[in-house]
Amino acid sequence: MAAREIIELRPARPRRRPLGPRDAAVKAGAYVVLCAIGFVMAVPLAWMIATSLKDPSQVMVAHDQWLPRRQVASRYGPVYAARVNGVEVRGAEMARSPQGRALRIIEPRRMAGRILTIAANRTRPVERVHLNWKNYVDAWTAIKVESAFGGLLRNADAFMVFYLNSILVAVAVTLGQVATSSLAAYAFARLRFPGRDSLFLGYLATLMVPAVITMIPVYILLSRLRLTDTYWALILPGMFSAYGTFMLRQFFLTVPRDIEDAARIDGASLFGVYWRIIMPLSKPALAALTTFVFLHTWNDFMWPLIVIDSLRLKTLPIGLAQFQGPYVTEWHLLMAASVIVMAPVLVVFIAGQRYFVRGIILSGLKA
Amino acid sequence: MGARGREQQHAEPPAAAETRGPRSSPRWRRYAGSYFFLLPNLLGFLAFTLLPVTAAFVLSFMEWGILDHPRWVGLHNFNQLLWFHREAGHAAANDPYFWKYLWNTVFLMFGIPLSIAGSLFSALLLNQRLRGTILFRTLFFLPSIASAVAVTLLWKWIFQEDYGLLNAWLRGVGVAHPPRWLVSTAWAKPAFIIMGLWMTVGGYNMILYLAGLQNIPGELYEAADIDGADWWRKLRYITWPMLSPTTFFIGTMSIIAGFQGGFVAAYMMTGGGPAGATTSIMLYIYQNAFQWFQMGYAAAIACVLFGLIFGFTLLNWRLSQRVVYY
Repeated sequence: MAAREIIELRPARPRRRPLGPRDAAVKAGAYVVLCAIGFVMAVPLAWMIATSLKDPSQVMVAHDQWLPRRQVASRYGPVYAARVNGVEVRGAEMARSPQGRALRIIEPRRMAGRILTIAANRTRPVERVHLNWKNYVDAWTAIKVESAFGGLLRNADAFMVFYLNSILVAVAVTLGQVATSSLAAYAFARLRFPGRDSLFLGYLATLMVPAVITMIPVYILLSRLRLTDTYWALILPGMFSAYGTFMLRQFFLTVPRDIEDAARIDGASLFGVYWRIIMPLSKPALAALTTFVFLHTWNDFMWPLIVIDSLRLKTLPIGLAQFQGPYVTEWHLLMAASVIVMAPVLVVFIAGQRYFVRGIILSGLKA
Repeated sequence: MGARGREQQHAEPPAAAETRGPRSSPRWRRYAGSYFFLLPNLLGFLAFTLLPVTAAFVLSFMEWGILDHPRWVGLHNFNQLLWFHREAGHAAANDPYFWKYLWNTVFLMFGIPLSIAGSLFSALLLNQRLRGTILFRTLFFLPSIASAVAVTLLWKWIFQEDYGLLNAWLRGVGVAHPPRWLVSTAWAKPAFIIMGLWMTVGGYNMILYLAGLQNIPGELYEAADIDGADWWRKLRYITWPMLSPTTFFIGTMSIIAGFQGGFVAAYMMTGGGPAGATTSIMLYIYQNAFQWFQMGYAAAIACVLFGLIFGFTLLNWRLSQRVVYY
């Protein structure tokens, strides 16, 4: 099977005919539609970034302003512009009265220093592009965690703690699941022991059971063990998976047996075969599983929401949900926090997307 | 190339490991190696999958407020959940919320065919050997790996009825009174569907379709060219049938996910409102179990949901025998 072609996602079909005018038109049409879809995909993300860089005063006012702007301020006050007798003037607002704004003229130069009072509705604020990066600092430092990691961090910025928690949990779950799944998959694929096939059938049967079924009993189990609201509650249930076992077993079955036999003859132990032969030969499948488990754990929302109460234990998704509470209408902060949560995954994905796409296809084909 | 085929290939001869050692060694020693490999996963599987699945079914026949002792109530939960009583001469559901939320869940799944069509369409475009394809593919894919919580927050802002981007645009093109989206009982669910489309159209399904497209032998199209088929006929009689296994897989997975969907969006954007218009079954289970601590009742809803998913999968399987071309 032409696995390479599928995995690389390069069109394999050779084109025989030279490009005619019809083909060129089709091509142009395809580009137009692609750009249209791309536009729809990009707009919300761009809007998120635009909002996150706006001055708080501008968020609600400028509904569809894409480049964040801010009114220019001078030493004497905010700057307004107006037309007076056909002359464009700019001045700093010194005072407001029912008659209008008292502007201390800055431009034109020859009038500088004079004060004109102009009806407010004839003035307009002078704005300049201004990226308010401070929103990110504000969002990052808005909530404090008194003590995290057993007192290692004190009075830390909440998002710092959320990040560290997310990394800790995602790495632990991924390592744990890849380790336990690959060990069990090796046993199911290669070893013979009583009850193997019926046990595997049991694994297969539970693949169909949705997570919602196990959620409540697992919560009760963990709370009986007094493990809720600890890292264990986040890590332990994620470390074992029937799906990972199944997927790796299917892949291990495709590894040629002769290599293993040769290694056994050379005196390798069972674990040696697993560690030195099966695992290195299964890198694509392991990479796929690693990516999926990591991403799933990183983005998981419902389970951490159920088992975690303490701020110091929260992962990024539930941390962001928590953040929404007190800042529910402060969209510039909410969008900055969203970017903070979203950005690393997107960057990692863009950097390593080849492996990622390969993983999807691998698991899709095997499923 | 199913699992069964491979297994037969490899079943014999036995691996060297199993025949090693004297015959007289006790059974557990002979298989100790195997169990060493299996045990970590098996323990976790028993504790976090098999035991909980069993417990969920038992729990659904109980009443349990987590703090007090569980009490066996037989079919009471299911009676409450699924059955009807007479009220002023009419049949009224014992738990009208369940039916309402089930309808909400099904309504949100109306987005699935649109999403699949969008994925197929995007994949067809990306398969045209154009320059910059990878760039577009990356862009299309971004929404589906982005943190769902952040994405829902972003869309909450876009849907915001007074200051949101969407309504600003709608007013811009002359809609005087644009929908009030998330605070409107009529428009909240369509808003969810729109957001769902944005998240899923360019996601996993599109990649699977791309892989499927590249798996179609080029000779089929060449033969069709010789016969003078136009693009529509090629799509209708070659591409679509050849993609039917992919479509079947995608459709099944989407619907299974759809039954369990709507949680993050409802939790983050609407809290299930307005007036329960966006509460899905998943959120209802969460509320019952973790806000009202009715563990038994929540388990019963989960079991019913499982039954629905199971029934659907069986039905789909039957149907696929006729529709899917392998």
